[in-house]
Amino acid sequence: MITELGHFALILAFLVACVQAVVPMVGAARRWPGWMAVAEPAASLQFLLTAFSFAALTWAFITSDFSLRLVVLNSHSAKPLLYKISGTWGNHEGSMLLWVLILTLFGACAAWFGGNLPPGLRARVLSVQASVAVAFFAFILFTSNPFLRVEMPPFDGQDLNPLLQDPGLAFHPPFLYLGYVGLSMAFSFAVAALIEGRVDAAWARWVRPWTLAAWVFLTIGIALGSWWAYYELGWGGFWFWDPVENASFMPWLLAAALLHSAIVVEKREALKSWTILLAILAFGFSLIGTFIVRSGVLTSVHAFANDPERGVFILLILAFFVGGALTLFSVRAQVMEARGVFGVVSRESALVLNNVLLAVACFVVFVGTIWPLLAEMFFDRKLSVGPPFFNLAFSPFMVVLGAILPVGAMLPWKRGRIARAFRPLRAAFVLALALAALAWAMQTGKSTLGPIGLFLGAWVVFGAATDLWMRTGRKGNRFGRLIRLPRADWGKAVAHSGLGITIFAVAGLTAWEQEDIRVTQLGEAFDVGAYTLVLEQVEKARGPNYLSEIGHVTASRNGRVVARLRPEKRVYPVAQMPTTEAGIDYRVFRDLYVVIGDRQGDGGWIVRTYIKPFANWIWAGSILMALGGLLSLSDRRFRVAAGARRVPGGVPAE
Amino acid sequence: MRGGEFLQKIRIGNLQRFRAVFLAGKRVVALAVLLGAAAAAQAVEPDEILPDPALEARARDISKDLRCLVCRNESIDESNAQLAKDLRVLVRERLTAGDSDAEVMEYVVDRYGEYVLLRPTASGANLLLWAAGPLMLVLAGGIGIAFVRRRSRATSREADGLSEAESTRLAEILDE
Repeated sequence: MITELGHFALILAFLVACVQAVVPMVGAARRWPGWMAVAEPAASLQFLLTAFSFAALTWAFITSDFSLRLVVLNSHSAKPLLYKISGTWGNHEGSMLLWVLILTLFGACAAWFGGNLPPGLRARVLSVQASVAVAFFAFILFTSNPFLRVEMPPFDGQDLNPLLQDPGLAFHPPFLYLGYVGLSMAFSFAVAALIEGRVDAAWARWVRPWTLAAWVFLTIGIALGSWWAYYELGWGGFWFWDPVENASFMPWLLAAALLHSAIVVEKREALKSWTILLAILAFGFSLIGTFIVRSGVLTSVHAFANDPERGVFILLILAFFVGGALTLFSVRAQVMEARGVFGVVSRESALVLNNVLLAVACFVVFVGTIWPLLAEMFFDRKLSVGPPFFNLAFSPFMVVLGAILPVGAMLPWKRGRIARAFRPLRAAFVLALALAALAWAMQTGKSTLGPIGLFLGAWVVFGAATDLWMRTGRKGNRFGRLIRLPRADWGKAVAHSGLGITIFAVAGLTAWEQEDIRVTQLGEAFDVGAYTLVLEQVEKARGPNYLSEIGHVTASRNGRVVARLRPEKRVYPVAQMPTTEAGIDYRVFRDLYVVIGDRQGDGGWIVRTYIKPFANWIWAGSILMALGGLLSLSDRRFRVAAGARRVPGGVPAE
Repeated sequence: MRGGEFLQKIRIGNLQRFRAVFLAGKRVVALAVLLGAAAAAQAVEPDEILPDPALEARARDISKDLRCLVCRNESIDESNAQLAKDLRVLVRERLTAGDSDAEVMEYVVDRYGEYVLLRPTASGANLLLWAAGPLMLVLAGGIGIAFVRRRSRATSREADGLSEAESTRLAEILDE
C-alpha cells in the first residue's frame, strides 16, 4: 500500500514539475504575478511528494518487502539496518530517485530562502530547475521505475553486493549527489539570467553560495570514496583515474573555477558571460558524469549496447539541456556587457588565469576519459588511457596553479604590481624553499617529486597564512583583528591551505612510500624502514558469516613496541569470496599498513608491509578545503544579499 | 571507522570494479562477481620478485604501465587476477633474458595489442590526445590574454571608471 502511494506520489511530483516548468516561465514573460507565484508552492510540493516517494521506497527496503522487484534484487532480510537503508540508493533505480530528490530539495531551498530574489528571476530559476526535474522524473518513470512489483514474491532477497556494505560507502553517494545535483542551481540561475538578459553583482552573489555548497559536498563525497579505497583495497591506493572517478572530478574542477569567477562578477562585474558559460558547463559535466556512469558506455561499449534505452535517454537529456543552454548563451551572451575595468596585473587577471588552468585541466581529464571511445569509434583502435597518462598530462596544471596561487591571492583588485604583491610573501617563499631543500637532502634516492610537492604545499599554506596576516593592518591589535576578519577571508585561507596540504600529501606519499613483500616465518623478525616487524602468530576465528585468519603483528622501533596490528584474511563461504582486511596503524606522519596473504608450503606467510608517509594529510587537506567552503558560506555578505541589487556598480572592491 | 564484524565484504580488491558494480547496475554486478571470484591471489607475490633489485625495480615500473586485460582500468602491478600474474612473470622473464624496457613493452604489445598500454603511445591519432591539453591551454590562454588586455585598455579609455551614460548623468547632476 505504502509502495503504491510512493509510486503515485512520484507520478504526482512529475506532474507538479511539468506545471512548475511552464506556468512561472510564462508568468515571468507576461509579468503576471499570480502565475509567477505558482513556482514557490509548486517547488515545495514537488519536494514533499518526491521525499514521500523516496521514504516509501526506503520503507520497502527496511521492511524487506520482497514483492518489490528492486528490493528482491538488492536486499536481504538478514542485512543490518544501516545497509537496508543505504541499499535504497545502492542500485540504479534507487540512486536515480535520490538524484531527483536532491534536485527537488535544491529547488525547494531556492523557493524557501529566495525571498529576497527579484520575483521574475526567482520564477524563472524555479521554472528551469523544474524542467530539469521533469526530464529526470520521466527518465525514472519510463525507464527505471523503482516501484515495480514481482508476480511471485520470493522468500528472501538476493542481497546487496557485500562490497557496498561499508559505513564509509553508505554515505559516499549522497554527498556526491548533493554536489553533482547542487550544480543544477548554478545552471538554473545561469539560464534564468540569460532569459532575463541581465547579470549583475547581485546575481553572482546569489549563485556563489549554491556553487560553494555543491563544491563542498562534492569535495566531501570524493574524499570519502578515496579514503574508502585507501583502507579497503589492501594496498593503499587512493586515486585511480577511473572514468567513474573522473566523472565526479570534472564537475569538481569546473565548480572550483566557477566559484572563483563568480567572485569577479560579484566584486567587479566582469567575466559575466564566462561565468554563465561555466555554470552551464559545470552542470553539463554533472550530466555527462551521470551519463557515463548510468549508461556504462565507458565501462564497456557492450554494456551500452545491451541496455541502450537508459543511456540514450540521458544522452537526450544532456543534449537538450546543455545544447539548449549553449544556444541561448550564444544568442544572448553579448547582452552581458562587462563593466569592471582592470589592469593586466590585477586580482581579476589572476582569477582569469585560475579559471584557464582549472578549465583546461578539466578538459584534459575529459579528453583522456572519452579517448578510448573516440579512438574505437573513429580510428578503429582499441586502446587504454590509464593513470600514467593522467599523471603526466594533468599534474603540470596543478603545479602551475599551486605556484601562482599565493601571489594571485595577494594581488589587489583593479591594478597591482607583482613585485609588490610578492614582497610580503618572501618569508613564505624562503621557508617553503628551505623545507624542500631539507627534504631533498634527507631523502634517499633522487626523486624530485617529494621536494617539489613539499615546496608547493608549504608555499600555498604559508602564502595563505601571510595573506590572512596582511589583512590585519599595520599596527595595533593585529591578533584581535585577525579573529574578527570576515569569515570569507578565513574560508579563503583555510580552503587554500587545504589544497596545499593535499598537493603535498599526494606528492609525499607517492614519492616516499616504502613497500616490503615477503614470506615470513612465525616469530621471525624483519625490518621495513625504521621498523622491525614480527608476525607472532596467526589465529583462526569465526565471524557471523565468514571464517577468518587473523595475523598478530607487532611493530617496534628502536626496541620499543609502537603498534600491534591485526591484518585479517577472510573467506565468506556463502559468497565463496576471500577478502583482506588491512591492519593499519594511523599516525600523524605516517601510516603503517600491513596485509597478510596466503600461507606457504614451508609454513611461512606472505606479509605485505607499507609505510605510507603523510597518508592522512590527503584527507585532512580535503576536509580543510570543505571547511574553508563552509566558512565562506557562513560569511555575512551572503546573509545580507537582499539590498545588493540596489548598488548598480557592484560592491566596492575592498 | 572500520566496518564491524557484520560486514560482508567481497574482497574483489578493486575499486574500479566496485564503482562499476555500484553505479552501473546489476548486469555489471554479475560480471564483477564472476571476475572477483577468479581473483584470489594478491598483486605482486614474493615468489615473483627478482633477486636483482635494479631489475625488479624496472619490472615494477613496466608493470605499472601495463593493463590487466580482464580488469577495469587496473595495472598488472595492482591486479589480483591470474592473467596479471602471468604477465608480471612474463615481464620478469624478458628482463632476465636481457631485454631493454622498450623491448619488453614491444614484446607484450605484439601479443596483446595496444589495448594493454595504460600510457597510450603518441602515434597517429593519439597525437591528438597528447596535444589536446597543450593546444587547449594555448587557445584558452590566448583568449584570456586578449580579454585581460581588452579590459585594461578600457581602463585607460575610461580613466574615471564611468561609462558614457554615467558621465552624461554626472554632468547633468553637476549642472543642476
